[in-house]
Amino acid sequence: MKKFYLHDLPIGTKGIVDYVEDASSTDKIAERLRDLGFVHGESVEVIAFGQLGANPIAVQIGSTRFALRRSEAARVVLRSSI
Amino acid sequence: MTKETENTPLRIALVGNPNCGKTALFNQLTGSRQKVANYAGVTVERKEGQFITPKGRSIKLIDLPGAYSLKATSPDEVVTRDICMGNYHGEPAPDALICVIDATNLRLHLRFALEIQRLNRPMIIALNMVDIAKRRGLDIDIPKLESLLGVSVIPTVATHKGGAENLLKRIDQPIERPKHVLDENADLHVEVRRILKECVTDRAFKSSTLDRKLDRWILHPIWGMIILLVLLFLMFQAVFSWAQPFMDGIQDLTTWLGVHIAHLLPDGILQSLIINGIFAGVGTTIAFLPQILILFLWILCLEESGYLPRAAFLLDRFMAIAGLNGRSFIPLLSSFACAVPGIMATRTIPSARDRLVTILIAPLMTCSARLPVYTLLISAFIPYKTVGYIFNLQGLVLFGLYILGIVAAFIIALVLRKRDQSYENTLLLELPSYRLPNLRDILFGLWQRIAIFVNRVGTIILTVSVLLWVLSSFPSPPPGAKGPAIDYSLAGMVGHWIQPFFAPVGFNWEICVALILGLAAREVAITSLATVYSLAAVDTDSPTQLIQFLSSPNSSWTIATGLSFLMWYVFAPQCFSTLAIIRRETNSWKYATLAALYLFAMAYAASFITWHVASFFCT
Repeated sequence: MKKFYLHDLPIGTKGIVDYVEDASSTDKIAERLRDLGFVHGESVEVIAFGQLGANPIAVQIGSTRFALRRSEAARVVLRSSI
Repeated sequence: MTKETENTPLRIALVGNPNCGKTALFNQLTGSRQKVANYAGVTVERKEGQFITPKGRSIKLIDLPGAYSLKATSPDEVVTRDICMGNYHGEPAPDALICVIDATNLRLHLRFALEIQRLNRPMIIALNMVDIAKRRGLDIDIPKLESLLGVSVIPTVATHKGGAENLLKRIDQPIERPKHVLDENADLHVEVRRILKECVTDRAFKSSTLDRKLDRWILHPIWGMIILLVLLFLMFQAVFSWAQPFMDGIQDLTTWLGVHIAHLLPDGILQSLIINGIFAGVGTTIAFLPQILILFLWILCLEESGYLPRAAFLLDRFMAIAGLNGRSFIPLLSSFACAVPGIMATRTIPSARDRLVTILIAPLMTCSARLPVYTLLISAFIPYKTVGYIFNLQGLVLFGLYILGIVAAFIIALVLRKRDQSYENTLLLELPSYRLPNLRDILFGLWQRIAIFVNRVGTIILTVSVLLWVLSSFPSPPPGAKGPAIDYSLAGMVGHWIQPFFAPVGFNWEICVALILGLAAREVAITSLATVYSLAAVDTDSPTQLIQFLSSPNSSWTIATGLSFLMWYVFAPQCFSTLAIIRRETNSWKYATLAALYLFAMAYAASFITWHVASFFCT
């Protein structure tokens, strides 16, 4: 089954985080994403996209908002059904 | 408590996520008794302050850099981690920690608090912004929170007067280690969810509706950019026009003071040193203070209100072209006023590499000190005529010089990036809630930056001014000598001596002297040229006499000379303050030298090409 990522979410829709993928064996960015709360079961929502190539992405997780680049959002795997 | 422990101050460190209100709390507790320095060996800012508790206990408070996790990813976070764990070289472990958490953002902040709790050190938790949490309908059961965490939890409102009173009272009582500590392998996110479920009634966390409304506009691809441009336009207006009366005022004041002091002193070397050396040199630099002040005020307001990270979001793609990220934008923008505050503003960039690249390219942004030089040379050598119906050629050249600096900066950034392909540039930026900037916090921030400018840059400028004065005053011309006195001085000699080196770029010895004297500050080159050509004292604002002289056939200047000199000023490291601040902010002479050398090489190459091309076409 095709994986569904954070940057696939349209603006204003909510998704549920499944897990964060490591891009390499020592992926500090993935580790940081998990520390910031991108963990299994958390609800995320895309707030805005940047003007060039929908990059970066502003997301809300819990009550916190973060700006992520597409490459960073591409590590966050969402649950395919909510 | 024994007499001895009462006298030695208790050392407490404030620790918490960025945007938790830690610094506001620090300002609230310590007031003006703060000391800002750097941690030994790194360029991370170290803030320490002192205060006395209601019971008379003396406290030394350290404001640790904000961190999201003890798994550090930036130099700031490394310092915080090492100090909290007591591993920092040259900094004893604090006696107690105060972990500051934002009550409106518990899901994120509690996780870090649990990491700190696991260190098993004496600690208190300051539950900050409880007022906003209440307004948003969050009901937090504090006694329950205390028992689950095993740590005292004190509600605070850092931005309100008296909002830290409970915390002060609590510090008077003994601070203990957590009653129980989480297991090494416990999943902190699971723990946070459990705590939230038990202590907070509204787990849905209604995010601020204000944030939602504002972000809809501010992060909008089109409206967001328009808002950003308006803010930037206002910023430039403020820096360049509102500061002018103050700058003139300072200049007048220093001149006035100089004249009056001159009357008090006997004619001679001492008088000349004080007036022509110290007052002239330091005066021109201090005159930039109003611009720097307004610039910092503006940046601090944008930072405190939560707008700055949004600007970084909007501009990230543009900066990515040069391998940088959105956070480099504000430092580079500030450099258009002056590279010194611009380079100081790079402290907000967490990645050490991005910060270094930003510092190295900041001097290429056209600072306001170049403007007098540009204006003079353009008026002297570029004809005043209309091009393409609406544009003026002089204006176009000026605009071109700005663009040239930006393009060069992007190319340099790209070259520096090429060297390290494996590096992944991250954005990963929190967009904090909008809030009204707090006057006290803004003033403290402003004061600290001004102090750095005056202390560090001031001393360098003073030294350089005195040195340049010595160079231009000694030896004095022999009796009956003709021509300007400076011709006989050391500066004149050096000017003649280095002229062969600058001959390939078309500089005569007069320009070489101006280059040497202009090291103090770029615009000094104009007054220096006037001195060399022994014209009457020239006002930097209206150097009409000099313009007429330079463009007249009497001078040895051709159009090619003028253009070559212009190009020199686009690139050359003609500013000691910038090099001094690079040295300070990178903590290394290596990078200051690197910046000086590469800028010098670019300036030489650009002037060389310009001179040869212009000579070919204009003769």
